[in-house]
Amino acid sequence: MVCSPLRRRAERPESLSTMRFMTQNSSPSALVIHDLTKRFDRVAVDALDLEVRAGEFYALLGPNGAGKTTTLRMVAGLLTPDSGTISIFGIDARADPIAAKRVTAWLSEEPMIYDKLTPLEYLAFVAGLWEVAPQLAEARAHELLGWLGMAAHAQTRCEGFSKGMRQKVALAGALIHEPRLIILDEPLTGLDAASARQVKAALAERVQAGATVVMTTHILEVAERMADRIGIIAGGRLIAEGTLDALREQAGQIGGNLEDTFLALLAEGRDAS
Amino acid sequence: MTRPGTALWFAGTESRLAWRDLLWLVTAGERWRVRSVVFGVLIFVAVMHGIAWGLVGPFAGAAGHPDKQLLVVVTGTALLSWSVMLAQAMETVTRGLYARADLDLILSSPASARLCFAVRIAAMPVSIGLMTGLFAAPFIDVLAIRGGVHWLGAYAVVVGFALLAVAIALLLTMVLFATLGPRHTRLASQIVAAVIGAAFVILLQVAAILSYGNLSRTAFLESPALIAAAPGLHSAIWIPARALLGEAPALAIVVGGGLLAFGLAILVFARRFAEYATMAVAQNTTPSTRRQRADRFEAATPARVLRRKEWVLLARDPWLLSQSLMQLLYLAPPALFLWRSFGSGASSAGAAVLLVPVLVMAAGQLAGGLAWLAVSGEDAPDLIATAPILPSRVLRAKIEAVLGVILVVLAPFLVVLAWSAPFAAGIGALFVAIAAGTSTAVQLWFRAQARRSYFRRRQTSSRIATFAEALSSVGWAATSGFAAHGSWIALVPGLATALILVIVRSLSPAKTTRT
Repeated sequence: MVCSPLRRRAERPESLSTMRFMTQNSSPSALVIHDLTKRFDRVAVDALDLEVRAGEFYALLGPNGAGKTTTLRMVAGLLTPDSGTISIFGIDARADPIAAKRVTAWLSEEPMIYDKLTPLEYLAFVAGLWEVAPQLAEARAHELLGWLGMAAHAQTRCEGFSKGMRQKVALAGALIHEPRLIILDEPLTGLDAASARQVKAALAERVQAGATVVMTTHILEVAERMADRIGIIAGGRLIAEGTLDALREQAGQIGGNLEDTFLALLAEGRDAS
Repeated sequence: MTRPGTALWFAGTESRLAWRDLLWLVTAGERWRVRSVVFGVLIFVAVMHGIAWGLVGPFAGAAGHPDKQLLVVVTGTALLSWSVMLAQAMETVTRGLYARADLDLILSSPASARLCFAVRIAAMPVSIGLMTGLFAAPFIDVLAIRGGVHWLGAYAVVVGFALLAVAIALLLTMVLFATLGPRHTRLASQIVAAVIGAAFVILLQVAAILSYGNLSRTAFLESPALIAAAPGLHSAIWIPARALLGEAPALAIVVGGGLLAFGLAILVFARRFAEYATMAVAQNTTPSTRRQRADRFEAATPARVLRRKEWVLLARDPWLLSQSLMQLLYLAPPALFLWRSFGSGASSAGAAVLLVPVLVMAAGQLAGGLAWLAVSGEDAPDLIATAPILPSRVLRAKIEAVLGVILVVLAPFLVVLAWSAPFAAGIGALFVAIAAGTSTAVQLWFRAQARRSYFRRRQTSSRIATFAEALSSVGWAATSGFAAHGSWIALVPGLATALILVIVRSLSPAKTTRT
């Protein structure tokens, strides 16, 4: 059973940063993507339209090279779209990227942390970048590290950490400023079962606390068990979207698992194109 | 066909890998660069032969009956070269010890790990000998052309020196490892290498300052007092010098001694080397037990947070520490010279003129390395790019972090200088800022995102940037030297350096990746 300090915090009075966010646009949509296009040597994302509701756990699935990562990197502000719009809680992310980044967190498959910093130093750094009040940041840092099973390593340098430990430090960094939108690109790849469970629990906890999660994954069981809605992307376009039941129905796989549904919808999408 | 698992087979594999590594290092994986590299090497060799002709040509006939003065100068020069070889050997041995690469494969295979490491150790004097030989060859060739083929024996001396250097480097590194353990040996070994590489030059300069009040190593080595105090002509101390001068018995002793020391080192250390390499890798994959307390949750602007992060990372970078230590060690003799000049009440103008270009050169070189680490060597570019801070502000904070370090390192020298020679100190401060700013700008023009651990290979991202950084440091150092002297000649290197930078800027990639 996962202990839930984060859930307890969600019940406490709002933090300063959260209160500031709450006074902004209270759009029911966390993320609205319209006509988003990105071309490298070929079209990676092709006039994509996508909407994720606030407080939703949204899984974005698709085969390799479908455009999932490119889409999320554009949302996170890591890539500039060729055309289209991205709105995060009503903030135009292309017109005002700084405001959009304040409420967003990004975590990729390959955790990018500093080997020569300790987890606490890393979290102090990330909190500083997002201008989280120091006392609040310190308390959250200890809380997150404890919750992710990293308290014993809080003051040892990250060099020599395993992939799972690094991913947990990166996840703590992504959560320390209490983002309203958490974007994750294959965050569970390469993690052992215990680490994967801790990461999944942390994400579920955040969604329960009101945050929105958009995640790509190749582990269909995770999407099946955790996602409120699932989007399937292929060739840079959204070919199917909905709850698991809705997708099963669309694929004619009533009672089937997500893997069968996913493959059927992909085949359908290929036939249609 | 060589039988797999034998020493010859390992040697073949290692040499193939080393060759491809070298090729990648000089061409950065671009085949079309091979031709320009070959052309560049040929030009370098021709220019070096020209320089050698002027420098050592007149001494080609001196080998026949060397006097004490010649033996002292040759011994001094040989020791100087050998100390640099020993420093290189320390670095090579340490790199070999901490390179993970294929260790898992070797240790999990039925092949002999001891044999494999023996072959790897055997490759070390080859690489060090080749590197030294490349720089020594023009001088040896010129001496052989003008003085006779007996000078070619110097090539064998280079081999003997390389063997001895690796044997001693192995001994030192193994002692460090046994004493300090896997976690601290890398840094300690790099510091020892830096000190060894600089120590002999610095000692010669310090001796010259204390004895003769100038910085000239040559003047010290040629001084009558030193020659008078040196041992007699038949002393064993002159064996390396006599070997370099082509005397066959001395040559045999140097090469034989090197071979013997190296053979013993392989015999004693090959197995231990494999054990220590395994421990070094295990250390890389287990969390440190060292507790750090630099986590400061305090109210600060994102820019300040970024600067602090850069400073913490720079302070914890072992390669940078050894490089910076080397730079600082080279500043020691001019600093001593300055102090002596004040103490003796002598005019400090000469000291100032000498110190200013050294400071400017150090600023340029240090700033280049620091700027690469801060700007290109960002290990979490996605984190920085997704943070709510403008890219221009990120860049400014990183530049401020670099220039802050330069200020802290060089300001004490400038302040001391300002007491006695305010004009020279002003010129020094101005050109320290220009040199540091230029090196940082070059890194910005040619930045290419890379892991921080690629610091040693940063030059592969752009040869132009590497040359521009070196040329601008030298150019601004020359300009500051003339300017501190109050000479209008300063305009010549100054304008030339500015012109070089304009050309380099025009060659830089039009679009750079934003951090």
